Amino acid sequence: MSSNKKLMILLRGIITENPVLILVLGTCPTLANTTSMFQAVSMGLAATVVLIGSNFVISLLRNIIPDTVRIPCYIVVIAAFVTAVSMLLQAYVTPVYDILGVWLALIVVNCIVLGRAEMFARKNGPLDSALDGLGMGLGFLLALLVMSTIREVLGAGTILSGMTAFGIEAIKIPVIYDLRMPFLVESSGGFLVFGILIAVMAKITEKRGGLKRKSFSCEGCPSAHICHKTSCSEVTELAAEAFDVAVENKEIEIENTEEKEVSENA
Amino acid sequence: MPDISVIISLLLAGILTDNYVLARTTGICPFLGVSKKFQQALGMGIAVIFVIMCATAATWPIYTYLLVRFNLTYLKTIVFILVIAALVQFVEIVLKKFIPPLYKALGVYLPLITTNCVVLGIAEENIAKGRDFMTSIIASFGVGVGFLVAMIVFAGVRSRMENCPSPKPFKGIPITLVAAAIVALAFGGFKSIGG
Repeated sequence: MSSNKKLMILLRGIITENPVLILVLGTCPTLANTTSMFQAVSMGLAATVVLIGSNFVISLLRNIIPDTVRIPCYIVVIAAFVTAVSMLLQAYVTPVYDILGVWLALIVVNCIVLGRAEMFARKNGPLDSALDGLGMGLGFLLALLVMSTIREVLGAGTILSGMTAFGIEAIKIPVIYDLRMPFLVESSGGFLVFGILIAVMAKITEKRGGLKRKSFSCEGCPSAHICHKTSCSEVTELAAEAFDVAVENKEIEIENTEEKEVSENA
Repeated sequence: MPDISVIISLLLAGILTDNYVLARTTGICPFLGVSKKFQQALGMGIAVIFVIMCATAATWPIYTYLLVRFNLTYLKTIVFILVIAALVQFVEIVLKKFIPPLYKALGVYLPLITTNCVVLGIAEENIAKGRDFMTSIIASFGVGVGFLVAMIVFAGVRSRMENCPSPKPFKGIPITLVAAAIVALAFGGFKSIGG
């Protein structure tokens, strides 16, 4: 394969198929870990390492893993990498381990990691898969960095906060610090900034003929193999219909029994 | 059995002040994906409560009596995710076989939450905070109800929002996120209760 194509695999994850801003995968860690730039970079790097490792190993095992039990196998591989990364962080970079907390373990259920295993690693060679992992990881990191910069600068009025353990003091930005909007570093600000960023990306890509934009789909869903449906909305609509039918049946039953009682009384 | 004041504070935290969805932003995929209709939101919320309680009831004893005893606590994440995935499949089969009406109402939602952040998150948190078994169960129940409340509130907001015109780039996910921001802002008001 030419080096040009390899470069394309790498760049695709960063820009045209950015996992967060275009594919809208991994929303939970994105919203929770962008209150400060330090936390965002920590999360991005940890997820990148897991992505590269899991994509590489899953690609190596792609001919060995039986198709029917592939998702549990992927989850075990991913969980192994997450455990390794969190143990390394706890031993060598404890401040990072502390700031990420439970989110480190939750990389296991990050849709991006499982999504890339399902979409890319199981169909491609180990080197390409590792490159894809690197590209997607960097795309995730970049999206987190952009979002956290907006939230930290406008919400807290500082940059580089939370890094006192490394001997770096937070820098207060002179005018913005007095005008800061604290709600931006809370969860509501996360939703707002994320929504606006996706809309801005949609606006930019619209002019270039529009990139393929996906809504919540089954591709990245860890449960897709069990539920055998093409999209969640279909599944839930089916459920709603079943619910309606059940309620109707119940009502008919009740009516019937009432009628019976009335006729018996008569 | 924990103290009544502990129970109340745990439930209040799970449902209002420290809501897993709106304050901690976990479990966003089902929150945004399955909140278009009120009934869907209700079904999903009840299914989540059910799975969270089962998951806690299974993971806590496994951690305390197996992993701690054999000094394998570092395997926590791997074991938990596998146990939860297997458990959901098992619950689905049991419901299908023995309680068909309940399966009809919840069955389709169960697979969607196998590997939801909320479920693994509360399992990990119970262990990290060193809660005992009953406290863990109560905390999980609070978190589950909190999820249900968030889903129902958001489904109500969303059914109104779907009919409103929005700028073209905001159509779909972005405007949903902005609506979620406003709901989260409203929930932020409960924070002062916790003190």
